[in-house]
Amino acid sequence: MLRYYLKLGYLSIRANPALSLLMIAAIAIGIGACMTIVTVRHVMADNPIEHKNDVLYHVQLDNWNPNDPYEDPNEPPVQVTYLDATTLHQAGRAHRQVISFKSDRVVQPEDDEILPFQQEVRATTGEFFPMFDVPFLYGSGWDATADRAEERVVVLSAPMNERLYGGEDSTGRMLMMNNEPFRIVGVLDEWNPVPTFYDLNNNPFVGSEEIYTPFSLAITGEWSSSGNTNCWKSPDESGYEGFLNSECIWIQMWVELPTAADKQAYARFLDDYVMEQKELGRFPRPLNNRLSTPEEWMINREVVDEMVSVLLSIAVLFLVVCLLNTIGLLLAKVIRRRSDISLRRALGASKTELFRQYIIEAGMIGVAGGIAGIGMTWLGLRGIENVFSEYDFIQYLVTMDWQMVGLAVALAIVSALAAALYPTWRACRMSPATTLRIQ
Amino acid sequence: MDIGPIWRAMLRNKSGFILIALQIAVTLTIMVNAVGIIQERSAKISRESGLDEANTFALASVLFADYEREQRMVLIDEDLNLLRAVPGVVDAIATNSFPLRQGGWSMMLSLEPGNQTPESVGSAVYFVDEHGVETFDVELIDGQNFAPNQVVWWNPADNTWPAYGIATEALCQELWPDEAVSCVGKTFYINDNDPVQVVGVVDRLQAPWASWTGVERTLLVPQRRASEFVRYVIRTEPGMRDQLMPEIEALLAASNKDRIIRDMVTMDDTRKLAYVGDSALVKILSFVVLLLTIITGLGIVGLASFNVSRRTRQIGIRRALGATKPAIVRYFLIENSIISAIGLTAGAALAIALNIAMVEAFSIEPLAWYVIPTGMLALWLVGQAAVAGPARRASNITPAIATRSSSG
Repeated sequence: MLRYYLKLGYLSIRANPALSLLMIAAIAIGIGACMTIVTVRHVMADNPIEHKNDVLYHVQLDNWNPNDPYEDPNEPPVQVTYLDATTLHQAGRAHRQVISFKSDRVVQPEDDEILPFQQEVRATTGEFFPMFDVPFLYGSGWDATADRAEERVVVLSAPMNERLYGGEDSTGRMLMMNNEPFRIVGVLDEWNPVPTFYDLNNNPFVGSEEIYTPFSLAITGEWSSSGNTNCWKSPDESGYEGFLNSECIWIQMWVELPTAADKQAYARFLDDYVMEQKELGRFPRPLNNRLSTPEEWMINREVVDEMVSVLLSIAVLFLVVCLLNTIGLLLAKVIRRRSDISLRRALGASKTELFRQYIIEAGMIGVAGGIAGIGMTWLGLRGIENVFSEYDFIQYLVTMDWQMVGLAVALAIVSALAAALYPTWRACRMSPATTLRIQ
Repeated sequence: MDIGPIWRAMLRNKSGFILIALQIAVTLTIMVNAVGIIQERSAKISRESGLDEANTFALASVLFADYEREQRMVLIDEDLNLLRAVPGVVDAIATNSFPLRQGGWSMMLSLEPGNQTPESVGSAVYFVDEHGVETFDVELIDGQNFAPNQVVWWNPADNTWPAYGIATEALCQELWPDEAVSCVGKTFYINDNDPVQVVGVVDRLQAPWASWTGVERTLLVPQRRASEFVRYVIRTEPGMRDQLMPEIEALLAASNKDRIIRDMVTMDDTRKLAYVGDSALVKILSFVVLLLTIITGLGIVGLASFNVSRRTRQIGIRRALGATKPAIVRYFLIENSIISAIGLTAGAALAIALNIAMVEAFSIEPLAWYVIPTGMLALWLVGQAAVAGPARRASNITPAIATRSSSG
């Protein structure tokens, strides 16, 4: 019977090419508009470290101005001070802990053909790599001993290794940055979390850093942050030393706490630490420490631009318009085929059978609309890429994965079936006698 | 023609009309809210930065060799002398940032010394010398430019700020909102305790952050900073920019090998980059409005065509009974106006509801009063245009149809 209905549906679609095409187009455009925005949102809201979401925590301490919270209503600062970062890191009370910041260095390639260039470098403690599951192609990161000894080591990303050494195993070679030599100890495999969850302070869609060096080394070299630095009061002393001892926030801190008990213990430890500091005259605000999972942190930092949400609501309404359009057209089609329906009813087709036939026909339109909708989504994403062409990172946001393709088809079929329900119900309700009498 | 019979005829076949009315309602809802956002963003994009944008560009010099502070000061002086001597260059400065660059330095300013309070005012700061006013092409509407002896080098050992400043008019008004008199000569405090006296007021110079609510609040600080990273802003004679850019880049690169020249960018490109999101939103929403109007228009055409073909016989009978062609056309136009009136009224209510919800949830401004009436008028016209074709076809139905027996 199914094959017969499919054939009937096909014939019916063929019989009204203009009307059928209009319906397919309306569904396709509606789906395209919706899925374009859903796809962009999906990528923006993606959590690249989902598999460790329940063990990683971003650390916040409230060392801010007693008269004015960092952000209303009572948000603690989004980064930590050097004093707190290093003290908490040294205490080592979490399973793993990472303190890091980014800085600009000038890379001077061995190859004279390549001009020196400025590069964003992440200065971090060594547990960054195991904590965030960063994969290595050659060599490895560095350990706590290297951190303490301020070893002049460096880890390169795969693209940077490709650029500087043509992709060969460069471990053991020396890299010059700002006239200082660094020994390459590791080269990363492909790793490009979007968004860069571990540092959401600036644009989190530009990709991760290409060069990594020990945190302690950067501090001794007096590197300054190329990310955000915020101070609620000016440093008491001048110079870099004064800056390190100030209440300025500029370091990102993450801890790994495998169990809920660990998290509780660590939260208690942070509270104790702040209470201790209060005795020393720091932390004038009420106790307001916070541990956030990567997901919580991304939501807190509003990684998904609110305009995407505005566009999403508009796109959903757009789909509603397209569906209303389709319902109207299907209804017109059903009413036009009154006599056909009545004849079939008169010849003994039950309401259920009629219902099945029309729902299958609508389903076929839905599938066609869904497939065309994937095309429309692709076009929509190219459009987005085009209007945002000044942004290099836009390419990361406009890629469709299979999940999105499946969602597009499912949405199309559900939409077509939803649109078909009322017209089909009308068709089944027609009494055979009245319509036939008109003939 | 009487509306009554048309209305009663519509009631006999409600569902099709209700669908179109609903579609018009949702279309109006989306349309006016989208237009509201388009208006807001277009206004934002068209604000002026204050610079001579067509003839200004910037580049950065990054030292990577280990220079003493004095050596860095010498290099900056040499660079500026070099730049200002290039034929076609109006003026040049070394500064930290410039309007629309999206990254810069801000400070809290207070009217009383001491820690900042909720009354403190945030302002962008640009470090300049006495060439700042000329390079940024800003107009001094009050007071005067910095005298050369007011410009000082920043001393890392001593954190105090220069005692003079040039403020934008917007900054003056924010600091001293109640006073109509000039703010030249007045004093505020920066960095908690350092007094700054306003020596001049400029009409307009935007902060580096285009989306900041205080974007018009800017302070020029007569201080020079001998850091490894120096940004030069260069203003050229009209039309000379594109020719001078590569020349100047090569000139600076050749003059000292211990640094790299990077981030060379025109103000035009800086503006584009600063407003990418806004102009993209304007484009996307304009496209959405256009597409939506087309789809709704096609829906109206579809329903009207369907009605015409279904009523072929009745139209024939009316023609046979003496209805003129214009009368038939009028019938469909009035029918469409009734649907539109219902749909647009519902749509206006929906649009207001959505706007209230969006204003609450997102940082969006409420709709201007005229947007909804204009949208209603526009959609009514679209409906009339869409129905005109099928209506004309209906008027061409021959009265002879009435004598035939088959129905449509």
